[in-house]
Amino acid sequence: MGFLPFVFPFAELEVGQHLYWQIGNLRIHGQVFMTSWLLIGALLALVVIGTKKMERDPKGVQNLLEFLWDYIRDLARTQIGEKVYRDWMPFIGTLFLFIFVSNWGGALVPWKLIELPSGELGAPTADINTTVALALLVSLSYFYAGLSNKGLRYFEYYVHPTPIMLPFKIVEDFTKPLSLSFRLFGNILADELVVAVLVFLVPLVLPVPVMFLGLFTSAIQALIFATLAAYYIGEAVEEHH
Amino acid sequence: MPTLFLFGASEGGLFDFDATLPLMAVQVVLLTFILNALFFKPVGKVVEEREDYVNTSRAEAKKKIAEVERLETELKDQLKEARLEAQKVILEAEQDSENLYKEALALATSEANASREKARREIDSQRDEALNQLKGEADNLGDLIIERLLAKK
Repeated sequence: MGFLPFVFPFAELEVGQHLYWQIGNLRIHGQVFMTSWLLIGALLALVVIGTKKMERDPKGVQNLLEFLWDYIRDLARTQIGEKVYRDWMPFIGTLFLFIFVSNWGGALVPWKLIELPSGELGAPTADINTTVALALLVSLSYFYAGLSNKGLRYFEYYVHPTPIMLPFKIVEDFTKPLSLSFRLFGNILADELVVAVLVFLVPLVLPVPVMFLGLFTSAIQALIFATLAAYYIGEAVEEHH
Repeated sequence: MPTLFLFGASEGGLFDFDATLPLMAVQVVLLTFILNALFFKPVGKVVEEREDYVNTSRAEAKKKIAEVERLETELKDQLKEARLEAQKVILEAEQDSENLYKEALALATSEANASREKARREIDSQRDEALNQLKGEADNLGDLIIERLLAKK
């Protein structure tokens, strides 16, 4: 039961337990997909409602969507640069929105009310598989961005400004996805654990500021992930002189 | 699927990698395409159309302001010209009236002089005539006095 059994022997914290679904000979974490589908569904519903009847004078949900669009465009444009940010804006924006709704959905929706035979529902980003998947997508995209924009000249980046940088830059290719995935995973999981432990110890009042702090961290983590992804892509397409 | 057991459990654990990872990656890629079609493209179109609209409207407004300023300066110039013209006209009229006055004055003076001269000449001639007449009568009277004195003798 969990990985903190000796600290809280009576805690109902189900850390590291999963609801396994068997597809062929593949096993997947069912709870991650259930929450992610619900949250993606909510996100898509919001998008569909907001874009149903768009006008030049925005009203209601369209305002929110335009604000998000503007925010994501500014993020992509400042990090990637004027030339190619349009190609990558959907990807950066999807990362941001998906991580954001995952983090906030995990923190705001009372998933505990739904009993699962094993494991528990929570933020999809509190599962290492999700964050590693996102981080690897970022790695693939910055390689793709660099190669498609500069061809083989992309590898000049590795010896820029001097060939001494070569080993460091190669190590960077591994540390980038590692740090991206573990930062997100660690923050969200830690937030969920802190709230769960506090709720368990002091069920009244005390967890509330921590929950607010968790919401703040969640938003910041989504922004950090998207910003770093955009920065890596921008670094790959940047022209060295 | 290789499974990492980092936290001792025989199954599961925090670092339990399995097919969730690639499926989640595929899901996120699909979500990217869906959001691109449903969100980024349409909203981007609307926002950029509005930005274009605002920019063109602003350019048009600027053009109109420039036009207005141009017309204003033109009108001001016309006004200035008209004022100068009016001043010139007034000056001319004043001069004209002065000239007319002077002319009339000169005419009147000369007429007065002429009539005075004529009168004087008339007076002179009448006086001469009267003097001649008086002289003749005085002569007659002298003659008569002499005759009478001579006759008494």
